[in-house]
Amino acid sequence: MSAPVLQTEALVRRFGGFTAVDRVSLALAAGARHALIGPNGAGKTTFVNLLTGALAATEGRIRLLGQDVTALPQHRRIKRGLARTFQINQLFAELSPLEAVSLAIAEREGLTARWWKPMRAHHDIATEAQALLDRLRVPAAEMRAPTADLPYGRQRLLEIAMALALKPAVLLLDEPAAGVPPGESREVLASIAALPREVAVLLIEHDMDLVFRFAERITVLAQGAILAEGDAAAIATDRRVREAYLGEPADG
Amino acid sequence: MSAALRYALQALFWAGWAGAYFAFPDYLPLLGQIAIMAIFVLSLDLLVGYAGFVTLGHAAFLGVGAYAAGILAQQGFGDPIVGLFFAAAVAALVGFATAPLVLRGGDLAGLMVTLGIALMLYEAANRLAWLTGGSDGLQGVEMGNVLGLWRFDLFGRVAYLYSLAVLVVLFLLARLIVASPFGLALRGIKGNRRRMEAIGTPVQARLIAVYTLSAAYAGVAGALLAQTTQFVSLDVLSFGRSAEALLMLVLGGMGSLYGGMIGAVLFMLAHHSLSELTPQFWQFWIGIALIALAIAGRGGVVGLVARLLPKRRPE
Repeated sequence: MSAPVLQTEALVRRFGGFTAVDRVSLALAAGARHALIGPNGAGKTTFVNLLTGALAATEGRIRLLGQDVTALPQHRRIKRGLARTFQINQLFAELSPLEAVSLAIAEREGLTARWWKPMRAHHDIATEAQALLDRLRVPAAEMRAPTADLPYGRQRLLEIAMALALKPAVLLLDEPAAGVPPGESREVLASIAALPREVAVLLIEHDMDLVFRFAERITVLAQGAILAEGDAAAIATDRRVREAYLGEPADG
Repeated sequence: MSAALRYALQALFWAGWAGAYFAFPDYLPLLGQIAIMAIFVLSLDLLVGYAGFVTLGHAAFLGVGAYAAGILAQQGFGDPIVGLFFAAAVAALVGFATAPLVLRGGDLAGLMVTLGIALMLYEAANRLAWLTGGSDGLQGVEMGNVLGLWRFDLFGRVAYLYSLAVLVVLFLLARLIVASPFGLALRGIKGNRRRMEAIGTPVQARLIAVYTLSAAYAGVAGALLAQTTQFVSLDVLSFGRSAEALLMLVLGGMGSLYGGMIGAVLFMLAHHSLSELTPQFWQFWIGIALIALAIAGRGGVVGLVARLLPKRRPE
């Protein structure tokens, strides 16, 4: 295995007396298809927030592309190749998908401090945004409509598009199919399956179908700590995992 | 609204300013004040309408600009254009210095800090009478000619055209800025700050930049007030000024440059004509208008017009 693109070493996050993430060491190989699963409250979203820098770690280290980023603020980590989607849509209701993706591209190119050249004059950005949304099969009419008017499934796609626009080395997908009605989920799943192989993906998910279809490696989190890690087949038959997680009521 | 219709309405807006010069020669001082308020509201629009950062103390920068330009002229440096740049620089500096304080807390805390800074500056200007004239106002503001050519006249002609020219220049600059990647990033911050952080935008730095820019714009408006009236009263720093500007912005429509300017025009005209009709009750009618607009929907007068006119055909 080549050097991991993203690695945590004994990462800890406490909220007062409560330990939400407990000495988690996880390594994501280049091009990985890695899933992080666990029951509700296992600390999955807290872990993602530690990785992106939205939350500060109490203890432990985070390495991104071999470099220690534990002390870096969120925007610096993202500039180094980390991108995420949100479990609950974090989009721009009033901007169109084209504007939103163009904004992400402009940020990647370090242009959002520039005020003297209109967006319209950045033809390369518009072309790239259009191509990205085309690839995700967003209909042309919807590309120019306010995001708030799009169907929910398409908004989930836009979450992924915003992250891909940053051309990340590591992509964190936080429950990408959450809340998508069955009729619209096929497109979301197809776009996840079609993610470029050079991007290492960490999928945080409840939906076991999606996890076993997509992930080559699975880490199981329970009460903030790693319970098990292995390939999909090993996890599916792991007795502790069944007890802690798969045996739980099916609503999770 | 079709693009052609939009351009026609915009042309009409500017033609109105030009036509007013010839149509209402007796009202030029009022019209000049309206142009200056339009700049002040434009400055507020950049901050509130585009970046989504609400302030209750924007008069701080209006006042700082007015006193900076007034004191400069009082001390014998009466060139108006130099005064504008000086006032913009001083206001920008105050904006840049106070931005971290304002942006530090949450939304409500930030709002309180803007209010607090404006109150402090008001009291400071009141106390430092040797510098500002205190409650008597700043006297002895002697202005030179605009560009060394045009002398400020008694009828307010030069003052009006000068203020209007500055409004046009600042509007064009604002239009360039809001159409740029920086402007789009401001709208992004207003729309969803968490997402902006997640695409790697240093949100704090962008907000400090727009706060400083907005302060400079307000400083220019203040400088124009001082220069065209050759007087600065404490009132430029008052809470009433901040609140009025917010009302103008909401009335006209936030987040569109024309909205802010139209709000300033309507508010000032309504203020003038209603206070002539019913001196005590003009605020009552402004209140009614605001409630009606709030019920009619978002976007102020500009939003209302956009909804009443035929829709743009789908592309």
